[in-house]
Amino acid sequence: MSQTRRQKLASQFREILASDNVIDQPTSLAAYECDGLSAYREQPLLVLLPETIEQVQQVMRLCHQQRLPVVSRGAGTSLSGGALPHADGVVLSLAKMSRILEVDRLSRLAVVEPGVRNLAISEAVKSLGLYYAPDPSSQIACSIGGNVAENAGGVHCLKYGLTLHNILALKLVSAEGEIFEIDQRSLRADGYDLMPLLVGSEGMLGIVVEVTVKLLPIPRCARVVMGVFDSVEKAGDSVASIIAEGIIPAGVEMMDNPAIRAAEDFVHAGYPVEAEAILICELDGTEEEVLSQIELVENVLKKGGATETRLARDEAERLLFWSGRKAAFPAVGRLSPDYYCIDGTIPRKALGAVLRRVRELSTEYDLRVANVFHAGDGNLHPLILYDANNEGELEKTEELGSKILQLCIHHGGTITGEHGVGIEKLGEMCVQFSEAERNQFHALRECFDPLKILNPGKAIPTLARCAEHNAMHVHAGELPFPELERF
Amino acid sequence: MDPIEDVDIEAELATQIAAVSATGGEIEIFGSGSKRFYGEPMEALPIDVSAHSGVIDYDPAELVITMRAGCKLSEIEALLARNRQMFGFEPPYFGADATIGGMVASGLAGPRRAFAGSIRDFVLGVTMLDGRGEILHFGGRVIKNVAGFDVSRVMVGSLGTLGVILEVSIRVIPVPETELTLAFEHGSVDKHVRWINELGAEPYPITASSWVAGCSQLRLSGSEQGVRHAAGELGGDPGDDCWDQLKEQTLDFFDSTQPLTRISLPPTSDDLKGDWAQLIEWGGAQRWISGVVDIAALRLEAEAIGGSVCAFQRHGSDVPVFHPLPAAMLKLQRSIKSTFDPAAIFNPGRIYPGL
Repeated sequence: MSQTRRQKLASQFREILASDNVIDQPTSLAAYECDGLSAYREQPLLVLLPETIEQVQQVMRLCHQQRLPVVSRGAGTSLSGGALPHADGVVLSLAKMSRILEVDRLSRLAVVEPGVRNLAISEAVKSLGLYYAPDPSSQIACSIGGNVAENAGGVHCLKYGLTLHNILALKLVSAEGEIFEIDQRSLRADGYDLMPLLVGSEGMLGIVVEVTVKLLPIPRCARVVMGVFDSVEKAGDSVASIIAEGIIPAGVEMMDNPAIRAAEDFVHAGYPVEAEAILICELDGTEEEVLSQIELVENVLKKGGATETRLARDEAERLLFWSGRKAAFPAVGRLSPDYYCIDGTIPRKALGAVLRRVRELSTEYDLRVANVFHAGDGNLHPLILYDANNEGELEKTEELGSKILQLCIHHGGTITGEHGVGIEKLGEMCVQFSEAERNQFHALRECFDPLKILNPGKAIPTLARCAEHNAMHVHAGELPFPELERF
Repeated sequence: MDPIEDVDIEAELATQIAAVSATGGEIEIFGSGSKRFYGEPMEALPIDVSAHSGVIDYDPAELVITMRAGCKLSEIEALLARNRQMFGFEPPYFGADATIGGMVASGLAGPRRAFAGSIRDFVLGVTMLDGRGEILHFGGRVIKNVAGFDVSRVMVGSLGTLGVILEVSIRVIPVPETELTLAFEHGSVDKHVRWINELGAEPYPITASSWVAGCSQLRLSGSEQGVRHAAGELGGDPGDDCWDQLKEQTLDFFDSTQPLTRISLPPTSDDLKGDWAQLIEWGGAQRWISGVVDIAALRLEAEAIGGSVCAFQRHGSDVPVFHPLPAAMLKLQRSIKSTFDPAAIFNPGRIYPGL
C-alpha cells in the first residue's frame, strides 16, 4: 500500500520538479535514511530536491494540501537526528539550491541559497579580505540552511557568536507555501524580533530558502598558546583567570587525558600524553593587540599552575596545535567501533564537579569517556566509546548520555549547546522545561504551522512523550535530582 | 556603595496578573517610566514592577549576570564597572532610575550596538509571567544554548506586550583598556557612509561612529597598543568624547522642541531625499532627523530599500509610532502575542493595534 501511495505522490511531485529530482527508489532513498546521528534510521516516502524558491513553494502547497510531513535537510550532518525522515512524509533536500547569489564588499554581506556549504562562503569572499565567522566542526560539509536551522556554533563562538549573531536576513517558505522575510540589514526589527525564534527552530517554523550572512574582516594576526596541566580543575580555573584579565580569546579549547592521547595517536600534534588536561588558547586581531595579550595569557597560564606553556612559533605550528583538537572526534573514533557525542553546556565554574561525576558514571557504566570542552563558552562534549554490536550497549550508552545531560541541567546548564534537540534529546527536554513552557513552544509552532507538518516529532516533546519519559525514569530507581522542583 | 536591594515580589505579581486575567482588565507594566514615551500611548492599570530587585547570580569570570528586572540600570552598571565589565550594547537611560526590565523590553541600544551587538544578541535567558499569571523560564545562564525555541530573545523590544519580565540573564563584556575618539571632515552623508563602511572591511577596533553637520567621528576601543596603532593608521583629529550625550540624546542636535524621527536603513544606503538636520550613527544604519517631516513619504522611501521609520518623539497623535507591518506579518505577530497573552491584558496597542 505504501508503495502505491509512494508512486502516486511521486507522479504528483513530478509535475512540479524534474523527474530526477523526485527520488522514489528504495535503493536511492537509503542515502537519506539518517543524518549524522546514524543510530536512528527511517525511510521516507520520497526525497524531493527543488532547485528554485518557486518549486519549494509549490512543493509546500502540495504537502500542506495533503497534510504530508516535511523534513527539510541540508547536508545531513546534524548530530541530533534533526533531519531524520518521517516514515509517512517527504524529505525536502535543499542541496541543489547552492548558489552564492550576491557578495557586497562595502556592506560586508553575502546572500546565499540554503544549500551553500559553510566553508564555501569564506572561500568565496577570501579575496576581499572577508570571512563568515561561525565555524562548526563540520564546516567543510554542512550547509548554511542547516546552520540556521540549528543555530550552529563552533570553536570561535565566545568572541564571534553563534549563527544567530551572524545572520542579517532570512527568506523562508511557510508551511502553507507562502514566502516570508525577516530583513534586519538595518539592524532593526519592526514589531517582534522573530529572528531568534527562527534561527535554531530545527526546521519546524519554515523552510529557509535564502540567507543573508554578515561577513567580517579576516583578522590580521592569530596566535595560539598551549597550556599543559596536571588537573582539569586548574585548566578550567585558568580560563576564568584569562577572562578576568579582560581578554576575550577567539577560542579556548580544553581536552582531557583520554582525548589528548587519542588525538596525539592520530595526528601527532606533539601533545603531552601524560597531561591531565591541555588548553589551547587562540587570540586574534591586529598584530599590536594580539602581541600585547598573548604574553599576558602565557603568564596567566603559568600562574594558574600550567606545568608547561608553548607558544606556536609560526602559522604551521599554530595549525599543528589545532590539528589535534579538530581531529578529536575521529581520533576517539579510532579507539572504539562507535562513539556517542554529548553536547551539554555548563557554567564554567562547574567544570571540575561535572567532570568528576562524569568519571564516576563512566566507571559505573563501564564505558570509556573522553572529554573535549569549548572552555570559553562552557560547551562540554563528552564522547562515550561503545560498540553497537554488543547487545544492549547502545541503550546503556544513551542512558549514560542522558545522565550526563541531566547533570548539566543540575549545575545550571543546558542539554544542548550547539547540536540541537532533534530526535535525540526529547526526553531531556521534559526535564529542562516545565509543561507550561513546553506548551508555549507548541503554541508558537502552531502560529507558523497550524497543521504541524514541518518536521513533526522533533525538538519539542509532546505531553505524552514526557509522561512516558518521566515514568521510565522513576521506574528505573530513585528519581534523579529530587531537589529539582520542575521534575 | 549601597548593595543592590534584594526584594522578590514574584509571587505578588503573579497573583495580581492572574486576578486581572480572570476579570478581563488591562495592565501597563511600569518600571521607572523612563522609556514610557517610546511607543503608542495607552490607558491601562499601571503595575509597578520596579520593586522586584536584586542580583541573583554574577560571577565575572562567567561573563554573565542574572538579575531581577526591577534593578536600576545605574546600580547594575556600577556593579559591572567595579569588576571592569559592562553591557556591550551601551544602553540609554532616558531617566536616572531606568530599570533593567525597561532596558530589555524597549530594546534600545547606544552607539556600540552596530559594532558589538544588540541587547537581543547578549540576552541569554528570561524568567517571565505570561498573561495567565504563569511563571515561565526560557534560555538560561550559559552562552551556548539551543534547547527549545529561543523565546528569551523575542522578549527584547517587545515593549511589555508579551508578559512581565521578572529576571534576565545577560552576557557582559570586559571594559576596554582604553578608548579614543577621532574626528574627520566629511561634507555629505553619502561620503561619511562610504568611508565608515570601507573602514568596516578592515580589522580596526571601531566601537562607535557618528556624523553630524559635516563632521564624522569614530571611537576606537581596545588595548593601548592596538588603539594607538589604529589611530596612527587612520589619522584624523582628536575628537569629542560625546558618546554618552549621543546615547542620551542630550547633544545640541536633539532639539527638545522639535519632532524626532528615527530612520533605520541598510547601513550603506544613500542619503534620503530631503533638506533637514540629520545625525547618522551605527555605521549608517541609524539616522535621526530633528524637525518636521512627512512621515508617510519617508516610510515609502525607506521601505523600498529595506528600511523603516519610527516617529520616535513629539510627533502628532495621528502618526503611527512604529513602521507599519505587512498584513500577513502583522497577523503572524498578533497570533504570537495571543499565545503569551490570550486575554490581551499586557500593554494593549503599545506597538501596533492588537500588539
